[in-house]
Amino acid sequence: MKAEHRQGWLFVSPWVIGFALLTAGPMLYSLYLSFTSASLLSPPQWLGLENYRRLAADPLFYRSLGNTTVYAAMGVPAGLLLSLGLALLLNAPVRGLGFFRTLFFLPSVTNTVALSLLWLWLLNPEFGLLNAGLRACGLAGPLWLQSEAWAKPALVLMSLWTAGGQAVIFLAALQGVPRELTEAAAIDGAGPVRRFFAITLPMISPALLFNLIMGLIGALQVFTQAFVMTGGVQPGSEGGPNQATLFIVLYIYKKAFQEFDLGYASALAWALFVLITGCSALAFRFSRERVHYESEAA
Amino acid sequence: MKARESFTPDTPAGPAGPLVRIGLTYAALVALGALFSLPVVWMLSSSLHELSAVFAQPYRWLPSPLHWENYARAVTILPVPRFLLNTVIITAPVMLATVLSSALVAYGFARFRFPGRDVLFALCLATMMLPGQVTMIPLYLVFAKLGWVDTYLPLIVPSLFGSPFYIFLLRQFFLTIPPDSEEAARIDGASRLRIWWSVVLPQARPAVATVLIFTFIGTWNDFFGPLLYLNSPEKATLTLGLNLMKTQVLGSGVVEWNVLMAASLLVLAPNVILFFFAQRHFIRGISMGAGK
Repeated sequence: MKAEHRQGWLFVSPWVIGFALLTAGPMLYSLYLSFTSASLLSPPQWLGLENYRRLAADPLFYRSLGNTTVYAAMGVPAGLLLSLGLALLLNAPVRGLGFFRTLFFLPSVTNTVALSLLWLWLLNPEFGLLNAGLRACGLAGPLWLQSEAWAKPALVLMSLWTAGGQAVIFLAALQGVPRELTEAAAIDGAGPVRRFFAITLPMISPALLFNLIMGLIGALQVFTQAFVMTGGVQPGSEGGPNQATLFIVLYIYKKAFQEFDLGYASALAWALFVLITGCSALAFRFSRERVHYESEAA
Repeated sequence: MKARESFTPDTPAGPAGPLVRIGLTYAALVALGALFSLPVVWMLSSSLHELSAVFAQPYRWLPSPLHWENYARAVTILPVPRFLLNTVIITAPVMLATVLSSALVAYGFARFRFPGRDVLFALCLATMMLPGQVTMIPLYLVFAKLGWVDTYLPLIVPSLFGSPFYIFLLRQFFLTIPPDSEEAARIDGASRLRIWWSVVLPQARPAVATVLIFTFIGTWNDFFGPLLYLNSPEKATLTLGLNLMKTQVLGSGVVEWNVLMAASLLVLAPNVILFFFAQRHFIRGISMGAGK
């Protein structure tokens, strides 16, 4: 029995050591740094709550918080709706769906920098495909990334193009809904809309919760697109017109690795940590009574 | 399959109902499919145009002649072969280390009883949701102290300690393997490590393949890690190099969008090829992640 314990610990020890060295230790160190004046050039000096006071009065912090919130509030629900729609289509009883599944899924497994360059070109106000299409419909397209109002919608649009990953998760859940249930409801006279809301949606609610939380976490940590697409040629110019795409992670990165203000950047990182943990906890709490798990019935 | 035929029993008895529904489904699929593929078709088209044609209005979709030299320029404007080699030097050991360490830990969680196991496993799952920004600054300071900045070590060494998502994925798979053959091997006197290697891993081949593929995609396309740790341009990975190329091309007069699109397509290509060969592994990995 003792040998069993020892061997078990030995097997999981790589992760335990990694957790201590790469996660728990750095988290504590980061918390400490957030109370100091750490920079790459000088040793950290204890500042107490100074960094957090500075954060509470920093207009750029509020700007980045607002940008991130708006991006998540637009992108997450739109992404869920689109991916659920795609999954419902892909679950229809018709032939040739494999081809379309590949088509929808492919953009979500590729390289964010390459996709960012593609979208930078698609969104080009003068020569981009998007505005060319709008012109063909007699509409004048916006300046997209060069416009304070349209920069975030442009990035949301791009994120929708990668909704296929979430659609695959919805599709797997939809395929697990027993047909007998929907058929029985149909015989009882429930129409397709009623069947969707009364049976299908509750049955796939775990997938909905998973996609909601992963979508939130992803949106709150958006970085690469903003870094690649809204930066000019000079380092430090990232953030778009009037800081419209200065998201929290981009702000943390700039503070830490362009201005080497590591103490303040650590305080910002902890603010993001609290935000993400809070949002996930809210989503879990909100879903407690609404998510249906198969195993609960057993 | 019987269920399929009796689907949509609420539609009128005539054959028109299901037919209309099937027609509408296809129409929606084709319309959305066109929307989803248009950007890539345009990318391909732009990458084969000469520069002036890229800015021509109205835009001509079919380039003639095909300007393959854009691709030649894309790989010579910056040392792309070097970037490719760098990416392989990072990706190969990360794949190997991730799958071995994650499978060891997963086996520990799946097949051993020891005090604290369930708490540890819950902790492991919880770290999946941890935003990396909280640890990136201290880790950078530690790696800088070790003299590892501008080397590949900060990108490779962490993979020796297992990755929570793959630990979870492999553990779930190990739990589905009947323990009979492992018990037989134990009676024959084989050590647990030996059993893990020669009895369990061969049976877990599909899950191992999924982990290898996901690790490849994650490492090959990683931007943040190389951006933080690799300063010298000649040490850049393909993804980081593509961003360097963007900065250079955008900074030089008329932007060569045709060359940028060619370079982007070259970076995307390995992902797409791998995806076509291993689509079911992608689907399995993604749906397993959600199915907890």
